[in-house]
Amino acid sequence: MITARGLARSYKTRRGLVEAVAGVDLDVSAGEIVGFLGPNGAGKTTTLRMLTTLLEPTAGRATVAGCDLRADPVGVRQHIGYVAQGGSTLPEARAGEEVVDQARLYGIPSAVASARRDKLFDRLQLEGLATRTCGSLSGGQRRRLDIVMGLVHDPVLLFLDEPTTGLDPQSRANLWEHVRSLRENGTTVFLTTHYLEEADALCDRILIIDQGRIVAGGTAEELKRQVSGDRITLGLADAVQVSEAASVAAGVDGATDVSVGAATVGVQVPSSAIGLAALLRELDLRGIGLDTVEVRRPTLDDVFLALTGRTLRDEAS
Amino acid sequence: MSATGGSGGAVAVTTRPNGVIIDTLLVFRRAMRLSLRNPVWVIIGLIQPVLYLGLFGPLLRKLPLSTSGHAGDNWRIFVPGLMVQLGIFGSSFVGFGLIAEYRAGVIERMRVSPASRTALLLGRVLRDVVVLVVQATILVVVAIPFGLRVSAGHAVAAVVMVAVLGASFSSLSYSAALRLKSEDALAPLLNGIAVPLLLLSGILLPMTLAPGWLRALSDANPIKHVVDGLRALFIAGGSGSTMLWGVGIALALVGLGLLLGARTFRRESS
Repeated sequence: MITARGLARSYKTRRGLVEAVAGVDLDVSAGEIVGFLGPNGAGKTTTLRMLTTLLEPTAGRATVAGCDLRADPVGVRQHIGYVAQGGSTLPEARAGEEVVDQARLYGIPSAVASARRDKLFDRLQLEGLATRTCGSLSGGQRRRLDIVMGLVHDPVLLFLDEPTTGLDPQSRANLWEHVRSLRENGTTVFLTTHYLEEADALCDRILIIDQGRIVAGGTAEELKRQVSGDRITLGLADAVQVSEAASVAAGVDGATDVSVGAATVGVQVPSSAIGLAALLRELDLRGIGLDTVEVRRPTLDDVFLALTGRTLRDEAS
Repeated sequence: MSATGGSGGAVAVTTRPNGVIIDTLLVFRRAMRLSLRNPVWVIIGLIQPVLYLGLFGPLLRKLPLSTSGHAGDNWRIFVPGLMVQLGIFGSSFVGFGLIAEYRAGVIERMRVSPASRTALLLGRVLRDVVVLVVQATILVVVAIPFGLRVSAGHAVAAVVMVAVLGASFSSLSYSAALRLKSEDALAPLLNGIAVPLLLLSGILLPMTLAPGWLRALSDANPIKHVVDGLRALFIAGGSGSTMLWGVGIALALVGLGLLLGARTFRRESS
């Protein structure tokens, strides 16, 4: 659905050439939900604007929805939907009319456009709001209206730029449901986010971008495994057994970073699914009793920290 | 595996580009609907020309504006001036609406559709021209009971000429708005251009009263020639080189405005 090679964009400023995106390679298959994760200013939106023909790349090439980005930008526009970060509707315009007007710009006849409007308003829980002005809708409704605007011509590929920024947790969860339902309708989704939990909850595959480069990619699980593994923390029933427990922990396959507390032992293992069973078995054999077992799986935040040396949250104000 | 969307059936062409004319009409329709739905705006737009005639016109009675001594000639000088003022001021400030649309993401969402980018400009300009034509027509019609004498044909020609001028200023306003993207930058720019243009055009008083240096400045102002052309149309009845000059300059201005505007709308990151 998307193939990009060496896609780059640089700006000339007074201080010289600034590389907003420094050569991005990416492949997205039909039916995937792919997330572009990175802090503000990492180049997410710039890449998205290039892939949606709004910005011309200074280098590289890409095929989007079967059309060459440079040779056939109009072809790309016909097949994709784009939901921009800052919204798409005028506050004083009526929601339904904005949708139909947008559809007409795609060459969709009026009657078909109205039917699509009704269907999409139903699907995205906006029933009865077509005659309301866009400015009178709630934040979540307005965001769903933006998605309707992006879907009105039935695109095979939908770009969502920070779809849930500024929404309350409930509206966010609701929007995630709608994004997931897009895939059931056969739409490929490419979204950017700086929320880890969003990428984690929503995306089949995640690409991490930092300072204009993709630094890692894979499923959330792969990324987490690749970077740090899981941390197991044992709370011992008897503090006297701490050192024995620590040596057992260190003996687990692939164990690293063993830490010892007053009555606790921590250890890093590649996968808790395998490591924990072996560890518990061995402890049991030696008669070491446990009060608590805690497994902390790495978050994408840990992944990002490991890859870039910075945490995502600090930057994603 | 390369996932380029597959060939043939995977990517069904569900849409086709409309072409610039249909896109222009679609953009026009949306803009016009939004304008009409704001009743305050509609009423102000319609009352404004009447206010000028009612509150400023009476001052004309005793002014020796024309040398012929005809009572109606003052109106034939004043009304064309008012029409041009309407054309310039009404059209110059349309850019503010565009900045609001830009900020709301409307421009970008239209730019990511296959719609002609030139049509995004033309449709809006067309709305402004229709509004201006209505206002200018009201102005002329209401001026008749005040004492204006003009033939229907000349009045229509005058309204068309003002429409052309208005199209040029609204294109330029949109172009400036889309480049600046800030009301705070647009307002001083528009005032800085529109006010001197008006003062130097002889709209308020004829430039025949001006000292030599001022008249020379005024001669360099294209708007002055449009005003003169319009007045020639009203007084002499549509003949003579003054009128042709006015028409020619109005056409040159609209050509320039649309060219610049279309370039701005086609530019990326607009």
